[in-house]
Amino acid sequence: MIELENVTKNFGDFPAVTDISFRVEPGEVLGFLGPNGAGKTTTMKIITGYMPPSSGRVTVAGFDVVSESLTARRHIGYLPETVPLYTDMTVEEYLGFMGTIRGMPRDRIRSRIGDVIDVCRLEEYQSSHISKLSKGFRQRVGIAQAILHEPDVLILDEPTIGIDPIQVVETRQLIKNLAGDHTVIVSTHILPEVSMLCQRVIIIHEGEIVAVDAPENLSTRLRGSERIELEMRAPRDEATRIIESLEDVTGVTAVSPREAEVLSIYVDAVAGSDTRAELASTVVSRGWDLLTLRSTGMTLEEIFLNLTMSEDLETA
Amino acid sequence: MKNTAAIAWKETKSYFTTPIAYIVSSMFLVLTGIFFVNDITAPFAEASVRGFINWASFFTLFLAPLLTMRLLSEEQKLGTLELLLTAPVRDWEVVVGKYLSALALYVVIMALTLYYVVLLYWFGDPDGGPIYSAYLGVFLHGAAALAVGLMASSLTGNQIVSAAVGTAVLLTLSFIDEVADLVSGVTQNVLLGFSMNNHLLDFRRGIIDTSSVAFYLSIAAVFLFLTVRFLETRRWR
Ligand SMILES: Nc1ncnc2c1ncn2[C@@H]1O[C@H](COP(=O)(O)OP(=O)(O)O)[C@@H](O)[C@H]1O
Ligand SMILES: [Mg+2]
Repeated sequence: MIELENVTKNFGDFPAVTDISFRVEPGEVLGFLGPNGAGKTTTMKIITGYMPPSSGRVTVAGFDVVSESLTARRHIGYLPETVPLYTDMTVEEYLGFMGTIRGMPRDRIRSRIGDVIDVCRLEEYQSSHISKLSKGFRQRVGIAQAILHEPDVLILDEPTIGIDPIQVVETRQLIKNLAGDHTVIVSTHILPEVSMLCQRVIIIHEGEIVAVDAPENLSTRLRGSERIELEMRAPRDEATRIIESLEDVTGVTAVSPREAEVLSIYVDAVAGSDTRAELASTVVSRGWDLLTLRSTGMTLEEIFLNLTMSEDLETA
Repeated sequence: MKNTAAIAWKETKSYFTTPIAYIVSSMFLVLTGIFFVNDITAPFAEASVRGFINWASFFTLFLAPLLTMRLLSEEQKLGTLELLLTAPVRDWEVVVGKYLSALALYVVIMALTLYYVVLLYWFGDPDGGPIYSAYLGVFLHGAAALAVGLMASSLTGNQIVSAAVGTAVLLTLSFIDEVADLVSGVTQNVLLGFSMNNHLLDFRRGIIDTSSVAFYLSIAAVFLFLTVRFLETRRWR
């Protein structure tokens, strides 16, 4: 649905985005994660056809955003980071105008305004001037205009930035509900947001992609190993020694204190080898009580810190 | 076409809901009214709009940038230009839509000054020809001035700066004929040829010179074209 091929954008000599390539499949929700200044907004402006890339190619729904710009734009709903709105209009007037310039017929605009006001929970404010709305409600108006024309593709640039915590939760729920009908790219520099919303995440740093994966796989990829949390009633030293000797296990770390009744350990294993079955049978065959056995993902926070830190070391 | 109309309609509604258009058009009407009365009541006054048209075209140099300053500057300041330029609308449709709404307002303001013409017919026996041609001249002059003003508003997100730049460009284009007096030969003719004031002279005398009509239309076209180009370069920044 969206395809970027070797996209580069320079502002003068400054490379804001360097050689980015990725695809987004229909119906997918892709997270675009990176610290401020990583190049998220720049990439989104290129995808929406606002600015042309310095080099490379972008297609949306099969249409080149530069050479077939008008057609490509019809497939896109866009919420810029700054949530630009005509503050002297009412919510209804604004949505009506946005519908008209998207070429929607008048009666369809009318029925869709009803729909999006419903979806974005703006009923109380539909005749209010936008200048009177709080930031959170303006954000919803911004989302309402983005989905008004039922676009295939939704580009949301940091949709939860600068609004209060309750509205952040509501906005995330709203985006989750939209996911089924649209292909979505949502950018954020907030880590938990991406695991909440996205099936796949691209981590971008200093204009380059540093990782692409499902949020839960990223941790394994990064570490090159899997970590399993194991709780059991067993003699500490013997259990550690036996588990360490298993084929795919690379390391065992005891977490519980020495004198604790329940032994709790982290087992690190080679990435991709699922050692859980083997661990379970080993524990049971020794006659130990198995209490917990599960694989733990490293939190995205940790990964992110890791990724950016290793980048920093390289550039330092 | 539909997009152009939608944008023109939005801007027209905006003119009626914001005070600036009311303020500048009343000032324009008051000032031209004062000068009109002045001319009419002077000794040996003639029943013509010649004096009025002089002042109207002069004040248009200030009126036009004030009417157009909001059109593209505010879109840049609010950031709405980004949504407008990522909607399936061509850049020129945006520019022409905005231009047409300003032009429509200008026509309305000029129509209000027809009141003076009515007075002339009431109290005197004016010659109709020069009145029609003068109004055509002022319309064309305004059409060119609004294009210059719109170009200025594409340059910046600051309305005041946009108005100042527009007025400066218009004053230069109008009074370049004063400079022409200082030089001679080809240079003089070229400068006279580019002067918005100079092209108005014939219209005032009741002559409709097609080259002057073409001049004003070209000025409008060139500045609208520049506006589209400047919008395009906005995208690169
Ligand atoms: N119009 C511009 N001119 C010059 N540099 C820019 C411009 N827009 C963005 N940049 C630079 O490009 C980099 C990426 O910016 P941006 O895409 O806004 O990052 P993000 O959205 O991830 O915070 C930043 O270093 C920013 O300063
Ligand atoms: Mg950004």
